[in-house]
Amino acid sequence: MKIAVIVKRVPDTASVIKIGPDNKSVETDGLKFVLSPYDEHAVEQAVQLAEKGECEVVVVSAGGEECKETMRMALAMGADSGVLVKDDAITKATGKGVAICLAGALKDMGVDLIFAGKQAVDDDGSQVAERVAELLNISHASVINGFILGEGKVEVVREIEGGSYNMEIPLPALFTAQKGLNTPRYPKLPNIMKAKKKEIKELSLADIGVSEADITSGLEVTSMEYPRERSGGRVLEGDTPARVAELVNILKEDEKVIYTQRA
Amino acid sequence: MSILVILEQRGELRSCALEAASAAAALGKKAGLDVNAVLVGRSLESQADKLAGFNIKKLFLYDDEKLENYSNDAYVGIVKELVGELSATVIIGSASFLGKELCASLAGRLACELAQDVIGLDWDGACVVKKPVFAGKAIQEIKLTDSLQMVSLRPNLFTVETDGDAKPEVETRSMPELSIRTVIKDIVRASEGKIDLSEARIVVSGGRGLGGPEPFAMLQELADQLGGAIGASRAAVDSGWIDHTNQVGQTGKVVTPDLYIACGISGAIQHLAGMRTSKIIVAINKDADAPIFKIADYGIVGDLFEVVPALKEELGKLAG
Ligand SMILES: Cc1cc2nc3c(=O)[nH]c(=O)nc-3n(C[C@H](O)[C@H](O)[C@H](O)COP(=O)(O)OP(=O)(O)OC[C@H]3O[C@@H](n4cnc5c(N)ncnc54)[C@H](O)[C@@H]3O)c2cc1C
Repeated sequence: MKIAVIVKRVPDTASVIKIGPDNKSVETDGLKFVLSPYDEHAVEQAVQLAEKGECEVVVVSAGGEECKETMRMALAMGADSGVLVKDDAITKATGKGVAICLAGALKDMGVDLIFAGKQAVDDDGSQVAERVAELLNISHASVINGFILGEGKVEVVREIEGGSYNMEIPLPALFTAQKGLNTPRYPKLPNIMKAKKKEIKELSLADIGVSEADITSGLEVTSMEYPRERSGGRVLEGDTPARVAELVNILKEDEKVIYTQRA
Repeated sequence: MSILVILEQRGELRSCALEAASAAAALGKKAGLDVNAVLVGRSLESQADKLAGFNIKKLFLYDDEKLENYSNDAYVGIVKELVGELSATVIIGSASFLGKELCASLAGRLACELAQDVIGLDWDGACVVKKPVFAGKAIQEIKLTDSLQMVSLRPNLFTVETDGDAKPEVETRSMPELSIRTVIKDIVRASEGKIDLSEARIVVSGGRGLGGPEPFAMLQELADQLGGAIGASRAAVDSGWIDHTNQVGQTGKVVTPDLYIACGISGAIQHLAGMRTSKIIVAINKDADAPIFKIADYGIVGDLFEVVPALKEELGKLAG
């Protein structure tokens, strides 16, 4: 069985995001880049399956040379090899274009299962994986918290608001990982060393039959801004009963954010 | 050229569906475009009444037993056909769990751009949206420049406004021939009757300061008094004190309640990413230097084991 995991390089979640002088993009100098946290869950799921049976795990990404660093993190977690669709044009592509590149790489790989994170924590685009499934015409389910592999099919738990669907899905299929799926491992030093020797194959756009025109963006970022600054408000003074009484009064009478009271 | 709004249902229209209908009406007015709506489900005729005043020309109601619950193959197949039939140029959906999947798959099938989870929607010859990136640390303004444009709206954020009481014309359709590959075996509803975190108007959140799983019962009582839901920091989730579906933050849920009460949460950047767009933030923390106070509208420096019970008592007085 062959499993592919789609991964993305993103700034560490602890990063302070600074908008660049063009007012449209983020300054990347000084940012630390990591494997997107949900992708870690995707890699973990694939590696766990590989540990249980005969499987090959390939990590797939699209972008520039720098993506290799991120792919190595997935290789250190236990994936066998990598495939990178490499072209500078991809760095300007939207989710639509990136999905075309990834699907181009995946279409002839003969994979039975594809995992990805439920979203990347940089652009929070939440669409690349589903697009890939559509382009490959395979079934899929997003935001899964549980996964059991069966004969030619899988059972998954898919999160929805206030509950979940237990679903059965035939292979080949694609799934996007939510936090509850597993606990990603920390790669051990020997595995980090080993990962350096694992193969990352490069594919050009031409190799996968995609032209730059195919991945041109149909959106334009016109500006970028910081969210409304929240000024630290008021720290209430007095003894606990007084402060609490004042707080409830403010919330009810001034801010009007308390509506229902049940005893 | 027209707008198609995808209405989400769970036996009845969800509030995010009304938000989408209202936003579509406003956009249609600005852009001079007709608005049609699609609702896929089972026995939903009565829901059309709730769509009065949104200036929806026609509601396409796909009604079948097999369509009761979301199925990607069926829902995406249906909406895709309808987009073609109506020559819709703007598609508006909801950025709920299922709505995001539907929009992403549909965008893949239609090969169009999609802006998910937008917090602002405007028109300047084309859709112009505000889209949070980096978990809300920055907000992009994006213009969708292709002829076919698609957006999904963050739930709980767009206001529902009606104008008049004109109802849409309803066209009920049966389910088209579609192959459905996935099977839903079972639907699990977490704690029946509880308000869902991502839709709650009030969220009471607990962090490492709770010290264990038990104090969450106290927070739950407070949340019940307020008609709210329980949230948590990652520290509390990773300690196994509460289910991960309660996590608020960059790798949890993004919530936009009217009132967010953070108890024993320090206010790490990843936590703030999930709740900073709340209308009013209240922090209860014993450390006066905790970063959460920098963004809280109202703070109480003190022991949560003293403050929360006092708060419950005070709210109890209101009820009496
Ligand atoms: C990749 C990544 C993703 C992450 N995603 C998230 C996320 O989605 N959500 C999230 O929340 N975090 C996330 N984090 C973790 C985040 O960095 C913090 O570690 C976490 O938010 C801390 O949780 P906390 O505030 O509960 O705990 P702490 O930072 O330990 O704070 C506990 C607070 O409780 C107070 N306290 C203690 N006892 C009492 C008492 N009796 N009364 C009142 N106050 C008391 C203390 O003063 C302290 O301020 C992420 C981290 C990483 C690396």
